Amino acid sequence: MSPAILLLLAVGLGLAGWLAARARAWAFRRESSDGRLASLPTYHAWYVALWVVLPLAAFITLWSFASPYLVTQSVLATPAAAELPAFGIQRESILREAQSVASGSASAVFNPQSEAFVEPFRDALARYNLIGLLATLVIGFAGGAWAFLRLRPDFSARTRVEKIVMSLLLIASLVAILTTFGIVASLIFETIRFFGMVNPIDFLFGAHWAPDPMANPDNPDPTRYGAIPLFWGTIYIGAIIAMIVAIPLGLMSAIYLTQYADPKVRSWLKPALEILAGVPTVVYGYFAALTVAPFVRDLALSMGISNASSESALAAGLVMGVMIIPFVSSMADDSIAAVPQSMRDGSLAMGATTSETIKRVLVPAALPGIVAGIMLAISRAIGETMIVVMAASTAANLSANPLEAMTTATVQIVKLLTGEGSFDHPATLSAFAIGFVLFLVTLGLNFIALRVVKRFREAYE
Amino acid sequence: MVTVIHPNLDQTDAKMNASDVSVFYGDKMAIDNVSIEIPTKYVTAFIGPSGCGKSTFLRTLNRMNDTIPTARVEGTITLDGDDIYRSKMDVVQLRARVGMVFQKPNPFPKSIYDNIAYGPKIHGIAQGKEELDNIVEVSLKRAGLWEEVKDRLTDSGTALSGGQQQRLCIARAIAVDPEVILMDEPCSALDPIATAKIEELIAELSGRYAIVIVTHSMQQAARVSERTAFFHLGKMVEYGRTSDIFTNPVEQRTQDYITGRYG
Repeated sequence: MSPAILLLLAVGLGLAGWLAARARAWAFRRESSDGRLASLPTYHAWYVALWVVLPLAAFITLWSFASPYLVTQSVLATPAAAELPAFGIQRESILREAQSVASGSASAVFNPQSEAFVEPFRDALARYNLIGLLATLVIGFAGGAWAFLRLRPDFSARTRVEKIVMSLLLIASLVAILTTFGIVASLIFETIRFFGMVNPIDFLFGAHWAPDPMANPDNPDPTRYGAIPLFWGTIYIGAIIAMIVAIPLGLMSAIYLTQYADPKVRSWLKPALEILAGVPTVVYGYFAALTVAPFVRDLALSMGISNASSESALAAGLVMGVMIIPFVSSMADDSIAAVPQSMRDGSLAMGATTSETIKRVLVPAALPGIVAGIMLAISRAIGETMIVVMAASTAANLSANPLEAMTTATVQIVKLLTGEGSFDHPATLSAFAIGFVLFLVTLGLNFIALRVVKRFREAYE
Repeated sequence: MVTVIHPNLDQTDAKMNASDVSVFYGDKMAIDNVSIEIPTKYVTAFIGPSGCGKSTFLRTLNRMNDTIPTARVEGTITLDGDDIYRSKMDVVQLRARVGMVFQKPNPFPKSIYDNIAYGPKIHGIAQGKEELDNIVEVSLKRAGLWEEVKDRLTDSGTALSGGQQQRLCIARAIAVDPEVILMDEPCSALDPIATAKIEELIAELSGRYAIVIVTHSMQQAARVSERTAFFHLGKMVEYGRTSDIFTNPVEQRTQDYITGRYG
């Protein structure tokens, strides 16, 4: 029996418990002299329903992992199993085939050896399905009955339901945090393996990046693993060129929208700006590669720069800058709009012009939000991959000339991990080291930004 | 209905003069044909029930109503004989001459020093750091705040108590050396002790600046002002010496309001 059907059954039992408990609570209310309960009937209902559903959910999760194993074990215990090859792919495929015939997802066996296992599988499946079903019913009824018997007119079901809901919320937030820890742990683990093969000094300070996935993995050439060109490319495209575009445009549009725009203009301009954030980055990539990059090259050529390449950091950075304008502008917009009207009035009443008010009062007061928006935009730009793949090439190049092809850390990670290289080759492992450094850099940036904001914050409340 | 102007007003120089002023928010009339003289050396109080238009009228005197897109002003208001609504009038200059203090203290989220220095800086009043320091000190002294804050001028203005914040706002308005100070219920967010300090301050400032104060407290109007105007439903009902308005009102509505029968 598939877990989905068991889950459906659990929900059905839960609903039954819910209805029964509510009816019971109503009965309490009718019987009691003053018609009052410690908790509303709905809370009694939820209390019982949760006691049915939650233990069942735990059991079904466990069972969906355990039952295939138990089925296979019982098949292997039959005499026919002695004929099987000891281990390896062949043994697996014979069993797999017999199982799919037995469960009805395939019509006939291809490998005659499997034939002998179809019947045992069918028996085992039927047996364990029955066990699963019975266990579900027993657990559901046990949980429900236990909770149901605790219901009294003065039973505080509400506080208990609230406690359960609160722990569900806690679990939900822990999932995200634990996943982050898992990501960091796996990064660290792989990074340490890489640094066992290539000296961290060579990696962090080397200026030549050309890992060779085909080279002998036992003796990597450390001079080919210098990551500086990657990090330079990342910073140059994502944090310099893109920000030169995004910060002024984003801030100015936020100022226009909050301070000067007619409400009518604002009501369509702001959503229109936010559409930019919804365009898939691949589409920006086309635009960068097909329109902006050739334009940049032609412009450079017409200005007499002969060696302009058709893939350039400038094209990628420009398009990336446009892409993140909404991040800067909508955060800045929100925080400028959140500055109290009384600040604005106070400044205007001093004889300040609108632009003086914006420069000297509104922007300083909104600074934390603006900086937060910029930080968000930078981390977004640093993590961006598609635009760079399409418009700025995958060739590592250490140069300050924006017209040259460059690459970024994320692009190299993609290139290294999607290649043919095996997972314990230093070229593949270097991707984890790049990711780890990238992670540290963004962490550091966020930390610095927080300090800056705290230091220069002009709190208005 | 015509405004009752008490005849026994002594002749003084009028700093500002409003004649036949009406204010509209969209189609709604908020002020109906108000004419009043604001004397140079006195404190003038505007009293009246909520929504009677006294704050709206106050805000026409330094054109703060310009910040509301739908507001429209008719009639003429002059400052030293110049029409402040004429097309060539520089609002920046006007607001430097007619300062304002708001209902809720609204210091900028800057240091105490920068709050005071804000106006002098944007108007280019001070030449050099020394002069600016001097303006800050004089303004804070006039606002009676110097002794309390002189050792912590770099602290944020928002860290002060409510009453101190309001005196900081008054000091900020004084710093550009205005001729008129408009106060829109300056004590309504303050406790009685802070209110008493502000009232004292108003009395000290009254010889130097023309002061117009909107207040809900009749005792306050009686304590701080020489002239009182009573507003009701967008009209100015009665205007005269404060002592006359409170002891000898002509209009029934004024009498009802000051005796607390309505409003």
